[in-house]
Amino acid sequence: MEGSDTMINLAEAWAEKYHASHPEAIIQVSGGGSGVGIASLIDGNCDIASASRKMKDKELERVFLKRGQEAREIIVGYDALAVYIHKDNPLDSISLEELAEIYGVGGKITRWSQLGVDPKRLGNDTIVRVSRQEGSGTRDYFREAVMGKTRDYELGSIDQNGSVDVVALVAHTPSAIGYSGMGYAMAGVKTLRISKHKGGPGVAPTFENALKREGGYPITRPLLLYTAGQPKDKAGELLHWILDVPGQAVVKELGYVPLPTHE
Amino acid sequence: MSDQTTTTGRAVRRGSGRVYAALQVVLDRTEPAVEWLIRLCGWSAILFVFGIFFFVFREALPMLSGKLNLTEFFTSDQWRPTAEPQPHYGILVQLLGTLAVTGLSMLIAVPLGLGAAVYISEFSGGRVRETLKILIELLAAIPSVVWGFIGYMVLGPIIIRCTGAPVGVNLLNGSIILALMSVPIIVSVGEDALKAVPDSFREAALSLGASRWEIVYRVLFPAAKNGLLAAVLLGVGRAIGETMAVLMATGHSLKMPHSLLDPIRTLTATIAAELGEAVQGEAHYRVLFVIGLVLFVVTFIVNLTADLVVKGIRNERA
Repeated sequence: MEGSDTMINLAEAWAEKYHASHPEAIIQVSGGGSGVGIASLIDGNCDIASASRKMKDKELERVFLKRGQEAREIIVGYDALAVYIHKDNPLDSISLEELAEIYGVGGKITRWSQLGVDPKRLGNDTIVRVSRQEGSGTRDYFREAVMGKTRDYELGSIDQNGSVDVVALVAHTPSAIGYSGMGYAMAGVKTLRISKHKGGPGVAPTFENALKREGGYPITRPLLLYTAGQPKDKAGELLHWILDVPGQAVVKELGYVPLPTHE
Repeated sequence: MSDQTTTTGRAVRRGSGRVYAALQVVLDRTEPAVEWLIRLCGWSAILFVFGIFFFVFREALPMLSGKLNLTEFFTSDQWRPTAEPQPHYGILVQLLGTLAVTGLSMLIAVPLGLGAAVYISEFSGGRVRETLKILIELLAAIPSVVWGFIGYMVLGPIIIRCTGAPVGVNLLNGSIILALMSVPIIVSVGEDALKAVPDSFREAALSLGASRWEIVYRVLFPAAKNGLLAAVLLGVGRAIGETMAVLMATGHSLKMPHSLLDPIRTLTATIAAELGEAVQGEAHYRVLFVIGLVLFVVTFIVNLTADLVVKGIRNERA
């Protein structure tokens, strides 16, 4: 199993738990990123690719060309992307439109005072945008959910290289804002409620809200596994286990949202 | 080598000549094999360098043959490698970021490193000198990711508190970290260069009534200038090529550096951050290799200059 850095903890925990109950099974887990995992699946170097973004059409095509089988996509859980700010920041909720104006090209919100926050409490009025590196599945998903497919990020954000790093930097920087999986919350930060429109009801990133179809948490993405063709033998058994109660318990344990049937 | 001959020499004198003779036979027999082994080690270095260059070049080639707009590549500040439908590959910001952080770190590291070299070589003695040398070697052994961590967790918050900057990972932070990382190499090469100046120079200067400072400034620096320059250039090479620490300490932000407190991004960090997520064989992936080539050329020039300068010293001495 190879791929997404977002899912590496999850994959490792699965491998460990699965090995405990099925000692004969040996699962090798490696990260490197969604793109790496998918490339590896295409070349036949791994059986399962984990990805925090959907496969691109070109990649699907290549799986078929090289492996002779259609790629199969399996949703194994959900990840709610929380918007983090420093614990001293009095802000409580923010709308998607405001987030788009903070992160998007030509965005008009660059100062905390524009959001009604007293800059004296942060020591600085400039909003420090913390984002992820190019090619990150999290970066792509946040853009799509907040700004839509056509608007890109304004350059000049602080692009961190991992989910933990985003939250750690926000914890050390009073005037920062950043996004990362809700499982990465740590001391020194707090998460914002998100509303669809300014003045609308803010929704907190929780397990329940992430799964609601109506009025749920708006920045929730599926966690995916890909195989080439119908998974067989050992890989198939593992996938079955992941979708079943024990595998889903691991999902919840690590701060991700398990599939609805097991709630 | 000299240690070995003296101990074996002593052994012979003590009368264990037979053992020595037997050892000599074994050594004689194995010598050709050992010689070959060593030769292989030497050649492998060349093989690796060319192998790496070949690999990087091969991956970059499809972009270089016309697909990449080189004018945009070097002059545009728009780095949007995954944008649809039209990606932009401009490395101007990263290029300037690399230059800014390297230049600034050298402004800190060169006086610090050369000063330390002068102190160790000329002003300290005995225990102090040995302790300092060990400590500086220790400094060189700290892994870059630890340096990055120090920049991120320790230096960052200090910079925010002292300067009121909005964010602590920035040009200043990266430069300080890089400076500390290049100081050891500048000190050790610089000290060697100062030590290579014959004592007769110092004695002559002393006899003319020069003060210690005058000896350093008027005699040692001119005499050791090539070695000192080589020390600085090796420090520059270290700073340009450093990846992990700058990725963590500079903020990794695509912004033209305007002030010391701006977060910046370097070429190396761009490769490190994005190669893992780039789709193999596609344009973004290949452009990262083109950046690798740019870095390869830059470090090659710096190292070659350092090498030629060092060779200059040897020739001068001969």
